[in-house]
Amino acid sequence: MRVALMVTCVNDAMFPETGKAVVTLLRRLGVDVEFPTAQTCCAQPMVNTGYLDEAVPVVRTFVDAFAGYDAIVTPSGSCAGSARHQHGIVARRSGDAALERAVAETSPRTYELTEFLVDVLGVTDVGAYFPHRVTYHPTCHSLRMLGVGDRPRQLLEQVRGLRLTELPAAEECCGFGGTFAVKNADTSIAMGADKARHVRDTGAEVLVAGDNSCLMHIGGVLSRQRSGVRVMHLAEILAATEDAAVTA
Amino acid sequence: MSGTFVGMPAFPEAARAALGDTQLRHNLAHATGVIRAKRSRLVTEVEESMPESGGWEALRLAGAGVKDRALRDLETQLVLLEERLTAAGATVHWARDAAEANAIVVAVAQRHQATEVVKVKSMVTQEIGLNEALEAEGIDAWETDLAEIIVQLGDDLPSHILVPAIHRNRAEIREIFLREMGKVGKPAPEGLTDEPAVLAGAAREHLREKFLRAKVAVSGANFAIAETGTLVVVESEGNGRMCLTLPEVLVSVVGIEKVVPTWAELDPLLRLLPRSSTGERMNPYTSTWSGVTPGDGPQEVHVVLLDNGRTRALADDVGRQALRCIRCSACLNVCPVYERTGGHAYGSVYPGPIGAILNPLLKGTGDPQTDSLPYASSLCGACFEACPVRIDIPEVLVHLRSKVVDGHRDDTVPKAEAVAFKGAAYALGDSRRLAWAERASGLAGRVMTRFGRTSLPGGRAAAGRVPGPGVGKWTSARDLPAPPAESFRAWWKRTDGGRR
Repeated sequence: MRVALMVTCVNDAMFPETGKAVVTLLRRLGVDVEFPTAQTCCAQPMVNTGYLDEAVPVVRTFVDAFAGYDAIVTPSGSCAGSARHQHGIVARRSGDAALERAVAETSPRTYELTEFLVDVLGVTDVGAYFPHRVTYHPTCHSLRMLGVGDRPRQLLEQVRGLRLTELPAAEECCGFGGTFAVKNADTSIAMGADKARHVRDTGAEVLVAGDNSCLMHIGGVLSRQRSGVRVMHLAEILAATEDAAVTA
Repeated sequence: MSGTFVGMPAFPEAARAALGDTQLRHNLAHATGVIRAKRSRLVTEVEESMPESGGWEALRLAGAGVKDRALRDLETQLVLLEERLTAAGATVHWARDAAEANAIVVAVAQRHQATEVVKVKSMVTQEIGLNEALEAEGIDAWETDLAEIIVQLGDDLPSHILVPAIHRNRAEIREIFLREMGKVGKPAPEGLTDEPAVLAGAAREHLREKFLRAKVAVSGANFAIAETGTLVVVESEGNGRMCLTLPEVLVSVVGIEKVVPTWAELDPLLRLLPRSSTGERMNPYTSTWSGVTPGDGPQEVHVVLLDNGRTRALADDVGRQALRCIRCSACLNVCPVYERTGGHAYGSVYPGPIGAILNPLLKGTGDPQTDSLPYASSLCGACFEACPVRIDIPEVLVHLRSKVVDGHRDDTVPKAEAVAFKGAAYALGDSRRLAWAERASGLAGRVMTRFGRTSLPGGRAAAGRVPGPGVGKWTSARDLPAPPAESFRAWWKRTDGGRR
């Protein structure tokens, strides 16, 4: 099986440790993951802000970079959702039949990390060790666009040393929403503040999620509040072991 | 008497004002939380009580199917509805827009020398500004729904489809009743408390004389059944039934998307609506009427079939699904944006997620206020999950955003945002250009790490408050991690994917 890592533009530029964690994790599970260097972005920022014409070259770059892989794995529910549900819209708009065919090839092969681990590899115990009190925020696109369900929880429950605490109002949006965070900054911050309050109420040391964009937002609020709560991508926790804790 | 939404600012600005009102936010969080929990219980009940028939999802699909069938065949269904209503003794009018519909209602009232009308709570008459149009002709329009009375007496605007006074608490309602009821009819009793039953009792006393005196009533309709020419109103309080049966003349304003082909097809809709809106298995009052029955009820019945942008919405391939909406307001109650801003920020009688798509679809894009609405969502998808007729609101929001953007493609001076996205598309269209941009951001990160005063838990450097339009809005209340010195792709290249 040829497996490609789609690291996502946000992780590439802002959170490289998450990409490294995915590589560490997948290699430990016997997957020789490749990184097609021609990749850039899933085009969701353009699509979700209404710039569909601008999304066309980005989707074209995506399908070119990932052509021929059996699985495209990404540590982002949002970007996987974009590939699965938005690339078709962009391709149809472009009027390019070849692009539409290429999208039909890559879209169904794109997996969010926990889907790939649980559904494709069939593992829930990835041999991780993380001796901390953790609470989990299910990000909206993982939850509702992809329907990853309790896969992340199944994986977290098998992590040795990890104590998982319930996050109140877990399924409510954190308020990031891509450009929403800037276009409607006041509302976004109000939502983020409520999410941060719920996180603090759990007494957890670490907030974990499957999307660094949401974590950047919630973590930014938590940091401004001097809460002391750290945010981490799920991949980094799953990659951590007794021997090698993955650090930023 | 009640205000209108004309001249409201765009959503982000209106939202800012609402967010500053802590009482409003408290009222909204409490009220939507209560309704959300009730709805959720009853959806679960359907799941558990009818698993063999596919549960709630099957019911949603059935409801969506009925509305889609009616919309696909709209012209035939409407002509049939007109024919059956006429045969039953009603007078059917067609109105292209708000002005035409208002003129028809005003003319009916004037022909009967009415100086007042009683009203059944109706979204469509608010949409066309009927109360204001009547008032301009010297005719008082009295709302009779409890929440609508609160809004009308408070000279306020509705902020929720089902619970228009959701933003008020009972202490505020008591004050409004004491201050205003006497000015327009029977005053509130002395010693009025803020007990819900006492407040409802005061409204009942106040309304009774209006019901008995009015010659003309105005209603909308939740559904209009074509095969029998029957209009349906679903309500909780019974005030609607009073309006529909007591006055001599009844005028019903009905959006053309309300048509349902047959009685049988009403079944899933009547099961979906109360569970989704009030969290009840069945609403207390369902009234149906068809034309005139001699000696019983109104002896003159008018039905105004209204377009007002509905055919425009119908012509939109992606957007037409919004016409399935049965105005249950479930999407409002689960929307995290609505919960914090309330309904007024949307500048329309249709607030929340459905308002964010319905307004641009009915009015068309191009106005700054309307154009701000498709962006008044984090696209979290809770609305789609809650919608009983499966309107994919996030899909329509994104589609409408592209219409807003496309509307500005020929601007002589492009918006800064458009320039930014063109630049981003250029950088992201090619990995070498992206790598170059990442080197620049890594450099910025090194500068921030060196001079930054903040660090995130875990030790990473971060930016605190930074001036400027984009980053400034982010950092007004959120720290921003400093970009790392080395991007993932640079690391991969340098170490051969961590192998050396």
